[in-house]
Amino acid sequence: MTNHWRDIKNADLILVNGANPAEAHPVGFQWFMRAKLDRGAKIIHADPRFTRTSAVADMYLRIRTGTDVAYFGGLINHVLQNNLYSDVYVRNYTNASFIVKQGFGFTDGLFSGYSPAKRSYDISSWSYELGSDGFAKRDMTLQDPRSVFQLMKTHYSRYTPDMVSSITGIPADQFKKVADLVGQMGKPDKVMTIVYAVGLTHHTTGGQLIRSGAVLQLLLGNMGRPGGGMNAERGHANIQGNTDHAISWELLPGYLRISAPGQRTIAEYVAQSAAKKSDPNSWNFFGTNYRKFMVSLLKAWYGPAANADNEFAFHYIPKPAQNASWMSIYDQALKSKMEGVILSGMTAASIGPDANQVQQALANLKWLVVMDPLPTTSSEFWRAPGVDSSQVKTEVFMLPTTHWIEKDGSFTNSGRWAQWKDQVIPPQGQARHDHWILADLFNRVKDLYKQGGKFPDPILAVTMDYKDPLKPQLDEIAKEINGKDLSTGKQMTSFANLKDDGTTTAGDWIYTGSYPDAGNLMKRRNGLQDPKANDPTGMGFYPNWAWSWPLNRRVLYNRASADLDGKPWDATRPGITWNGTRWVGDVPDYPATMDPHDPKAWLPFIMNGEGVGRLFSNGMVDGPFPEHYEPVESPVTNPLHSAVSASPVAFLYDAAAGRPNRFGTVTDYPYIATSYRLTEHEHYVTQHVPHLVQLQPDPFVEIPFELAQDKGIKSGDKVRVSSKRGKVEVLALVTKRLGPMTVAGQKVYQIGIPIHWGYVGISADADPSHGRYWLANALTPFVGDANSRTPEFKAFLVNLEKM
Amino acid sequence: MAGAGALVAAGLGFDAAVAESTKVKQNLRIAGAKESHSVCPYCAVGCSLVAYTSQKSDGSVQLLQIEGDPDSPVNEGRLCPKGATAMQLATSPRRVESPQYRAAGATGWKSVSWDFALGKVAQNIKASRDATFVATDGNGNTVNRTEGIAFAGGAAFSSEEGYFATKLMRGLGLVYLEQQARV
Repeated sequence: MTNHWRDIKNADLILVNGANPAEAHPVGFQWFMRAKLDRGAKIIHADPRFTRTSAVADMYLRIRTGTDVAYFGGLINHVLQNNLYSDVYVRNYTNASFIVKQGFGFTDGLFSGYSPAKRSYDISSWSYELGSDGFAKRDMTLQDPRSVFQLMKTHYSRYTPDMVSSITGIPADQFKKVADLVGQMGKPDKVMTIVYAVGLTHHTTGGQLIRSGAVLQLLLGNMGRPGGGMNAERGHANIQGNTDHAISWELLPGYLRISAPGQRTIAEYVAQSAAKKSDPNSWNFFGTNYRKFMVSLLKAWYGPAANADNEFAFHYIPKPAQNASWMSIYDQALKSKMEGVILSGMTAASIGPDANQVQQALANLKWLVVMDPLPTTSSEFWRAPGVDSSQVKTEVFMLPTTHWIEKDGSFTNSGRWAQWKDQVIPPQGQARHDHWILADLFNRVKDLYKQGGKFPDPILAVTMDYKDPLKPQLDEIAKEINGKDLSTGKQMTSFANLKDDGTTTAGDWIYTGSYPDAGNLMKRRNGLQDPKANDPTGMGFYPNWAWSWPLNRRVLYNRASADLDGKPWDATRPGITWNGTRWVGDVPDYPATMDPHDPKAWLPFIMNGEGVGRLFSNGMVDGPFPEHYEPVESPVTNPLHSAVSASPVAFLYDAAAGRPNRFGTVTDYPYIATSYRLTEHEHYVTQHVPHLVQLQPDPFVEIPFELAQDKGIKSGDKVRVSSKRGKVEVLALVTKRLGPMTVAGQKVYQIGIPIHWGYVGISADADPSHGRYWLANALTPFVGDANSRTPEFKAFLVNLEKM
Repeated sequence: MAGAGALVAAGLGFDAAVAESTKVKQNLRIAGAKESHSVCPYCAVGCSLVAYTSQKSDGSVQLLQIEGDPDSPVNEGRLCPKGATAMQLATSPRRVESPQYRAAGATGWKSVSWDFALGKVAQNIKASRDATFVATDGNGNTVNRTEGIAFAGGAAFSSEEGYFATKLMRGLGLVYLEQQARV
């Protein structure tokens, strides 16, 4: 989230896309209701399925899954055509005025630079025209035909209400009502928030679905403001913290990029990874300090072995040859190139797309380690229903781990608040903490490498400066993450003081400041005991409750919450305010004493090279402007450009590996399906929780009433839903929450599939087939977003039969 | 209406009701319990929890109750059905009690010691790393990567565990590193 949960109460209009917070984040949803009840905010819910979120929304729009780029694109068009954007903000706080190079273009669904053979773009034309000073040329009148503003206006002019309706299935008159409401949100005294979840990310166009919302927010001047922003509701207790700490192939902690082959020095790494200034008034804070953050990380990880003579052990960091994300792991296993997988609190057999293919991949491994407190479909995959165990050659280890409540440490929520928790109870049985298991394993591997092996240097050098290296305390690790000044031994108080000469450490620079010498700020608990004292601005920041990255800032990009003079756009909802000598309010995303009237004052968005929000960005592999592409499996061709219907750059694993095609067509699989989660379950672990299994005992699919009538299906009947890849056989729940829609002139149906069941858990134990055909992901396609490779769980084709 | 009801109740023996409620309070499950603070293990709203424990005569610690923390600006004491039943996740007869091992082709688990399990996994890691380690790629670039081992998980880790896992796995040269953000 750019903002945080409690901040949603500050919004005037809440767009909810690809999310169902009333059911999936019910306690967070109280802040939506507070906005509605206390300030008359309106909620607009666009979702394939009418849910409890829709029930309290002011408008519900039945949208075809995966078409939100068209929805946001239509809103962008409405705002641009009718001059409803926030004029000062757009001119000064976005790159609308930047001039794009000659050679950039968009024709028939393709941006300039496309190579059909490579299925990728050469993005060199997606950049700015540079002046003799080396900075981007700008036209503050926004009239230059090659300005981002004019290019964008042309690009989205195709997204008329009728086109939006044809793509999304939302009736044009309904869409126009939404556009009228959204169009009012560019006024300074109005602010809108967009809230989304995995209903936007789980598509081959997932990154652009989110970007299209962000672009709309920039045009309306809503980024950086309380009550505004782009707010991702995340699904697991600490998915945010462990994204920050980079359990992710392409990252190092603090969103530093992983190093790449060919980079010989840190200087070469920084040159290829960090943003460069494209305006003289851009601070480019991240890019400018990239080297300091990287060197401080290397010092935290490799200690004395990282020094100026060896590029601070830069070559101890591995350099991947290719994408190494979720699907790539199992793709490699299918090719017999992956020998071993270690899973911790994550079950490969259920969680990924195309579960049947993943099952084969697991059976191709030499060894599999599952670290979990409870059995999972991965620990049990070798004896899943229908599997001949004797034929599965994978060696499997099940290592029982502790639960969250048996250890201390912090969880970072969606709003970036890092909250410390106590160890409440001791471990049950022989369970061990994950980090103690990993420390012990690592120590054993290290002992083996002392006797020889390939390049043992990094293994021998990794710092283990803990009182007991086999049992590190999470408190000790929290201090390491924060970092220290090696010359004084003091904890760092801010990443602004980190150095690139090896005299400072920071395990994750964005957490620097969370644990100064004064103590662990994530433990702070000044909350509702005294709201007046603990929330002095009344905006809901509660600055002494826990700690929020970066530097305890509660709203990101908050310089943009104030106008050119430093006054809040809306005095009743200030983010930060220039009081004549300093910025007050939230922790400023800006130098605390920088006068906004100074001609050299930095531009408001300090983290990128432009210094302003990017309406046009070369940071995406599938286009500088979001464009609607159909899901890989779709019942219609793209109404905008039929020759380029689906994403032209989504990576097709099976085709690239020479495996048979696993995508279906509308002829065999005529219905759209989408998957989702229920209030009473979380992924798969709750299959072990008796109360929750009692509340939602049986797997089911939701079927639109009209389709069920056509098929003679009643609620409670057993049905088979099949895709090209597999099937589920579960109960039917016939509902009017789903219904027919007209898309590209055709009638289409969407079927809803909750994901929570599999062959492990209380429900499976009670089932005669032991949940043999219960895995929702047996249906989903092995393809993902062109940028992030997030699988397309939310839009695919199926057939439906009554059994 | 509630006020009127209370008046009626008072007329019907309020004193007895007070005495009864005092007795109930004395027998509260959490009477004398230790209060600790936690955070809900499910979604990323980050609801604060208050957990109550007591120490039994044999020294073991019993979890008595988990409830929403009213001081939290995030949840203001509220919990959803998952958070409200977190106690059934915390302690469960379904937990795996000891390390389990399943050899290639075996049809069942074998309970093993931690030493056996960790020793064997460490050997596997060493063997797979040595077999798939690439020090220099085809273009002569130093890459120092282990291609044949993947690590995935962490959304249920404390942040500090996650950071520690990243540090160790990168130390082993892993490039296949993933958690729940994508799936």
